[in-house]
Amino acid sequence: MTLSPRIQEITSRRLNDLVLPTGGWSSEARSAALNRVQSLGLPSNRDEYWKFTPPETLTTAQVPPASLFVDVDESPVFGNIDRLKLVFVDGVFDAAASDQLALENVTIERLGESKDRDDHWGREVYGVLEQSGQVPVARPLAALNTAFATDGILIHVRGTPSKPINLVYVHSNETSDAILHHVIKVNPGAECTILESGPAAARFNKCMEIDIADGGALHHVRAQGRDHERRAATHMFARVAANALFKSFTLTVNGRLTRNEIFVELLGRNSMAHVAGACVGDGDFHHDDTVFVTHAAEDCKSRQVFKKVLRNGATGVFQGKILVKPDAQKTDGYQISQSLLLDGDSQFLAKPELEIYADDVACSHGSTSGAIDEGELFYLRARGIEQAEATDLLTLAFLNEAVSEIDNEELADEIQSRLAAWLMRHRPS
Amino acid sequence: MTVLEQPQVKEGVDQETVDAVREIGTYKHGWETDIETEYAPKGLTADIVRLISEKNNEPEWMTDWRLQAYERWLQVNEPSWAMVNYPQIDFQDQYYYARPKSMENKPKSLDEVDPKLLATYEKLGIPLKEQMLLAGVETDETSAVENRKVAVDAVFDSVSVGTTFQAELKKAGVIFCSFSEAVQEHPDLVQKYLGSVVPMSDNYYATLNSAVFSDGSFVYVPENVRCPMELSTYFRINAENTGQFERTLIIAAKGAYVSYLEGCTAPQRDTSQLHAAVVEIVAEEDAEVKYSTVQNWYPGDENGIGGIFNFVTKRADCRGDRAKVMWTQVETGSAVTWKYPSCILRGNEAQGEFYSIAITNNYQQADTGTKMVHLGRNTRSRIVSKGISAGQAQNTYRGLVSMHPRAQSSRNYTQCDSLLIGDKCGAHTVPYIEVKNNSSRVEHEATTSKVDEDQLFYCRARGMDEEEAVALVVNGFCKDVLQELPMEFAMEAQQLVAISLEGSVG
Repeated sequence: MTLSPRIQEITSRRLNDLVLPTGGWSSEARSAALNRVQSLGLPSNRDEYWKFTPPETLTTAQVPPASLFVDVDESPVFGNIDRLKLVFVDGVFDAAASDQLALENVTIERLGESKDRDDHWGREVYGVLEQSGQVPVARPLAALNTAFATDGILIHVRGTPSKPINLVYVHSNETSDAILHHVIKVNPGAECTILESGPAAARFNKCMEIDIADGGALHHVRAQGRDHERRAATHMFARVAANALFKSFTLTVNGRLTRNEIFVELLGRNSMAHVAGACVGDGDFHHDDTVFVTHAAEDCKSRQVFKKVLRNGATGVFQGKILVKPDAQKTDGYQISQSLLLDGDSQFLAKPELEIYADDVACSHGSTSGAIDEGELFYLRARGIEQAEATDLLTLAFLNEAVSEIDNEELADEIQSRLAAWLMRHRPS
Repeated sequence: MTVLEQPQVKEGVDQETVDAVREIGTYKHGWETDIETEYAPKGLTADIVRLISEKNNEPEWMTDWRLQAYERWLQVNEPSWAMVNYPQIDFQDQYYYARPKSMENKPKSLDEVDPKLLATYEKLGIPLKEQMLLAGVETDETSAVENRKVAVDAVFDSVSVGTTFQAELKKAGVIFCSFSEAVQEHPDLVQKYLGSVVPMSDNYYATLNSAVFSDGSFVYVPENVRCPMELSTYFRINAENTGQFERTLIIAAKGAYVSYLEGCTAPQRDTSQLHAAVVEIVAEEDAEVKYSTVQNWYPGDENGIGGIFNFVTKRADCRGDRAKVMWTQVETGSAVTWKYPSCILRGNEAQGEFYSIAITNNYQQADTGTKMVHLGRNTRSRIVSKGISAGQAQNTYRGLVSMHPRAQSSRNYTQCDSLLIGDKCGAHTVPYIEVKNNSSRVEHEATTSKVDEDQLFYCRARGMDEEEAVALVVNGFCKDVLQELPMEFAMEAQQLVAISLEGSVG
């Protein structure tokens, strides 16, 4: 298929200033990805997959500047959790601010560090999962990432480390344009928790490829930074083998534009994927969760739980899909997307899809949108609770269904308390 | 169908049963009427458009409108987003106009219509004699008046053959006639409303229809009139390689009520045929329109050969406050269905409803659903869609619910259930939900499952064979929709549900 002149122009304008890193084991994958992005073309507002989210600011050559958000009223997320901290400032690894890259049962390297090793395990994953995630719907921003990523982390999980690994993204430059690519490989039976936090850059393009072997498990909890003006397009590609587990939770609080795509393939029998998200948007805020779960094996389970609270003109988008392939019998697929609109200016746009080619399945999805229930509010008010507090309580209860998807209680509490504090500080006066 | 040609007869099953099963397992309306037909030359050009217009003896504004649509059609592309696959349609290898020769000089009454045509409708179970009731029970005229009557407009290939009960409807003030007649008799109404709901540039097929539509039905129910009987159009494609493009326009003025039924069949042929219709409904203040369809075009054989390509644009505009439009559809036929009956809820407190059963078997593909566009305050919509997929078929629900900022305190409820019979078919759900105010509530639910083993076992334990049991369970699954149909249609639909699934089990 030939691209329209308009798309060609958008694409070449963006690619012009980027430099393709050469040499090392990833170079083949990078040039293949460059071909991909050139043939797919970058997204435009006429793309069906970008119907609800304007991609223009994500594809311009110039980064739309984003002023820094000075966070005086809150301690850093996951700050009290025993973790291994890896810090990136505007998309560049900061060794001084990070912990030693040493943790038992895990090998951690910087992308490009051992680039001359031809037999590096990263070859089997880097760009490979991203490529398989380009079908049936193209994700050109992820291909762009594979080609041009300037930094990233390779994590090989060989056993079960004692603490989570926290990727901390610091934003310090108003026009930074960060492209990070992480690769995580989980050995059979191994288990690991990855945390991500922070706004990263004025514009952030991040890709994470996760390969989970038989019986392995990966838990992912992310708190996207609160910078009001940052923009982010992130992709997660997960390949889940038999009896393995992939769990991901994302908390988003503000940000001008966020597009989080998650692409999960359940390839082995009895594997499981849970993806969840809670987001709170206030003002000029656009948040998009685009999830694609493929059931390619029997007896697999998937859950998608997404909750959005929106006000003052915020927009929430959910595009979720469960694809059940012909042989994936006994599939259990569930998807729920709900929004709570706190005022009349905000909007929720959703496209929850099912595509099913196997007959012995139980798949369902639900999507709702509405205001706070007046009856519930009245109940709380009648018990002497102030209007604002009652609203917060109901909002938290609403979001809690997504937060409770996190297995680790300490992490769930951390997220919960962040939400509660944020709501309290942002009470309409 | 060949599946049932050599049935493995179990012991104790007599020949009569075997024959009965074979009979219901085939497409009953696959025969063809041998009648002399007059065609316009193959292909689509501005001249053909002019010719169609001329044949209908249309005024200049109508011809111009068609030509404008044709110019537009040349510039637009065929949509490709639906989950349907079909070979490229050669739009130049079709006849765009076919009419029985005997219709050359328009018969003045049904008595003058070629008996062969009347026999065709009789064979289809559509009585065109006014004293007969739809159920086929003959009564004398006095008691018929008390019974439920249905006025029928019969469309055969490109032309309307005749419309029954016109006199009685006229007494009530209702206009029910063929579209071509309406252009002659009521040009002011046609000019006012044509294209006001589905503009000529709406989409590829609607544009094509606007250029070449040959006939269809026209209904006008004046202010505060409750249409005294159900109105119905029966579409029959007979000629080969002929596209059928009909246009229906229903206008319910302030406080009016009308219930309209639509049925369709076509002969069994190896080549696919094109059907691209447009239905426009206008509901003014307090008006109510009920539109029911049983779509039973020839679906192709069990190997997916032949069948109708059904690309239909149906839309209702609830212009006035408290206007109400209800779409009910049973889609069992067609090789490919592409159809989204929609409601624009413009008036405050307007209501839109959509009830659908879509059954696909063998190699059929259906991509169908609805759009509910809430513009007025306190508008309500309800969508119940049941998709059943068997054999190698693909069944997609595609819909939109949109709550605009001004549609305060509106409400939508959507339920889409899919049932899969066999492991080679597919069932898909593609809903779009757009909520732009917070006083409205939108709920969407969808499930996909297979026929419940326990329910099957229960039926089987009571002596039903598997096919019967599946038909019963499926009928139960469709109940929510079936009960919304007018009675005569409900009976037919129930049978259709069973027939469409013949051969899908075991």
